[in-house]
Amino acid sequence: MASEKSSSDLTLLDFWVSPFGQRVRIALAEKSLPYEYVEEDLLAGKSDRLLQSNPAHKKIPVLLHGGKPVNESLIIVQYLDEAFPDTPSLLPADPYARAQARFWADYVDKKVYDCGSRLWKFKGEPQAQAKAEMLEILKTLETELGDKEFFGGEHGFGFVDAAFAPFTPWFMSYEKYGEFKVAEVAPKIAAWAERVGKRESVAKSLYSPDKVYDFIGVLKQKYGIE
Amino acid sequence: MSEKVKLIGCFGSTAVHRAEVALRLKSVPLELVVEDLTNKSDLLLTHNPIYKTVPVLLHGHRPAVCESLIIVEYVDEAFDGPPILPSDPLDRADARFWARFLDDKCWKAMWVALWTEPGETQAAWAREAKENMTLLERQLPEGKNFFGGDAIGFLDIAVGGIAHLLGVFEEIAGVRLLAEEDHPALCRWAREYLSDETVRQCVPDRDSVLVALAARKELYVSTAKAMTAEK
Repeated sequence: MASEKSSSDLTLLDFWVSPFGQRVRIALAEKSLPYEYVEEDLLAGKSDRLLQSNPAHKKIPVLLHGGKPVNESLIIVQYLDEAFPDTPSLLPADPYARAQARFWADYVDKKVYDCGSRLWKFKGEPQAQAKAEMLEILKTLETELGDKEFFGGEHGFGFVDAAFAPFTPWFMSYEKYGEFKVAEVAPKIAAWAERVGKRESVAKSLYSPDKVYDFIGVLKQKYGIE
Repeated sequence: MSEKVKLIGCFGSTAVHRAEVALRLKSVPLELVVEDLTNKSDLLLTHNPIYKTVPVLLHGHRPAVCESLIIVEYVDEAFDGPPILPSDPLDRADARFWARFLDDKCWKAMWVALWTEPGETQAAWAREAKENMTLLERQLPEGKNFFGGDAIGFLDIAVGGIAHLLGVFEEIAGVRLLAEEDHPALCRWAREYLSDETVRQCVPDRDSVLVALAARKELYVSTAKAMTAEK
């Protein structure tokens, strides 16, 4: 039997612009769960608290619930569904629908950030390759979304929406570096991005595309990329 | 359970093993379709267009469930029988985390260490693999046979490939990664895991596995090369 834990027992170790951390912020907001937000300044190095809480990966986000750590953004989101069953759930109830939601959230996880990073890290052939891949990813997600309002379909705003929404402010940067328009390549995704951006939990968790673009500039400087 | 269950898999795959163990733990009657990955069937390609790989689960009329760990969770939720994931949310999160760690870090390091030519690079990967195995080994609950406690659970199934296939890969590659001196608890776990009644149904005899996998050595070397290029 899971013991009763008060929601004020929640602490999130995070980094402001991290799309992975933002997934957790969105989930917490969807569930109206209060929490303490702790900013880890990753560009300055990692705190002892972070290193102790996530010894295997040493990464944010880390959710501390009654002091106990939960790591990996999608695992944290599922944890929140399961530890707080009286709050709106992000995963649907049906096992098959859950499997599909996990599959597509995992697809976003495997593909989007890595491919996007290669768009701004490289030039020439590797960048062209990254662009081709990003277009493929967007078109695949477009097909999956179809005419649904949210990826969650009948369930409404769900697990895959929360997984992918934090990447929407990164679209502008992908577009600039990759020289394409999401609205042309994947118009349904572009429309979804706009819809989802207006949702309260999302709007208050994300930063503007300009801020993301500036952050990429900072990263490039830090890594000595032209 | 009247709906037909079909598992598309292939011989000697750690990923397929997970799906099969999960299904047999729930006593689900299933039809195993064995793929030749060098010549993929239309069945596989239609049902897993994104990754084009095994395992793929077809349950009744539903479209496919793909990705081994997702299949295992689906099987746990869709069929009656002994629970695979623990009931406590924190324990579930832990099990999922270490299964991810295993796939993203552990297997990658082991794979590269197995199939890279001897030298500094190989040695560094081997060190990383052993460190990862140590971290994994620490997840075994004190005084229990399995990651899941008294019975096989999600993490045991996820790690299962280490129990019966790692040794075969090591023999083909001529590289030793898992040793009693370094990881006694993990070795003990492997023996317990393989002696489990359900697992035994899913583990073909070692000699036939050795022969089949030895034929794939070149493929393994090239996938390991691709992984190092990824960094």
